[in-house]
Amino acid sequence: MAFWDYANPTRFLRFVQVVLPWLTGLCLLLFAVGLYMSFFVAPEDYQQGDTVRIMYIHVPAAWLCMMCYSVMTLSSIGTLVWKHPLADVSAKSAAPIGAAFTFMALVTGSLWGKPMWGTYWVWDARLTSVLVLFIMYLGLMTLWRTMEDPIKAGKAAAVLTLVGALNLPIIKFSVDWWNTLHQPASVMRFDGPTIHPDILWPLLVMAVAFTLMFFVLHLMAMRNEILRRRVRALRMRAASAAQPGPAGAAQPAE
Amino acid sequence: MDLGPHAGFILASYGLCLLTVLVLIAWVRLDKVAQEKALNDLADQGIKRARPEDGSTQVS
Repeated sequence: MAFWDYANPTRFLRFVQVVLPWLTGLCLLLFAVGLYMSFFVAPEDYQQGDTVRIMYIHVPAAWLCMMCYSVMTLSSIGTLVWKHPLADVSAKSAAPIGAAFTFMALVTGSLWGKPMWGTYWVWDARLTSVLVLFIMYLGLMTLWRTMEDPIKAGKAAAVLTLVGALNLPIIKFSVDWWNTLHQPASVMRFDGPTIHPDILWPLLVMAVAFTLMFFVLHLMAMRNEILRRRVRALRMRAASAAQPGPAGAAQPAE
Repeated sequence: MDLGPHAGFILASYGLCLLTVLVLIAWVRLDKVAQEKALNDLADQGIKRARPEDGSTQVS
């Protein structure tokens, strides 16, 4: 079966039903291993002490808030270019999850910053650009709610998502382009990670666990959105059939 | 386990993340229940899809 066949919502729902239990189980297993490594295997940092343990949730949340927006950007291209039936379902479903990951990254970063930097917040490039990302997520969620027709809302949100994607390279390279309290990249570097393996491995396990959690929640949210559109289509069909005259013959597309 | 002088910051970080994840899980679970209930209510009124659903949801 080709990837394109999953454009059919019913086939996609069947796919979700098969895949979801396995993904959920693997995600829980990786979280158990990752949390054990984070608290009982990974050593203290020689400067930060135990506070470095905040990194095992802060960094994955920060990666995921950007990955989620990247998924929304690809979905938006799918909406505008290929008119893929599930593209705007994917984008709409990802937005609240991305907002939650961005919230986690901001809060854990703030709680890490206070003991290490002496402040919860500074208006530097990295922190401000991530806050802009959070506001983008909230704006997109609001836009979807303000338009009743999901197809029109999907197109408008896709355009706004693509404009907002300009923020992704700003977030990534802000620590290189401007002076900032935030440390530069130490894992995703051209010359390899600069973190000791004892700290790197728990971080990578937690990152994979967070990634799987994103996919589990995203698939569940997409399934809900498909069901919501079916409810809407059935209600419109029922309302249309109840009206006398030629309008009653109209059948809304699902 | 001794988390040092900044234990409060570490525990608050993990606690807030756990809370956020629980809210996300509750959101998707409750939304699924609401949509399935709406579909089943419509099916009870005789309003069904032309091609019956044979996936995970009980709509007819």
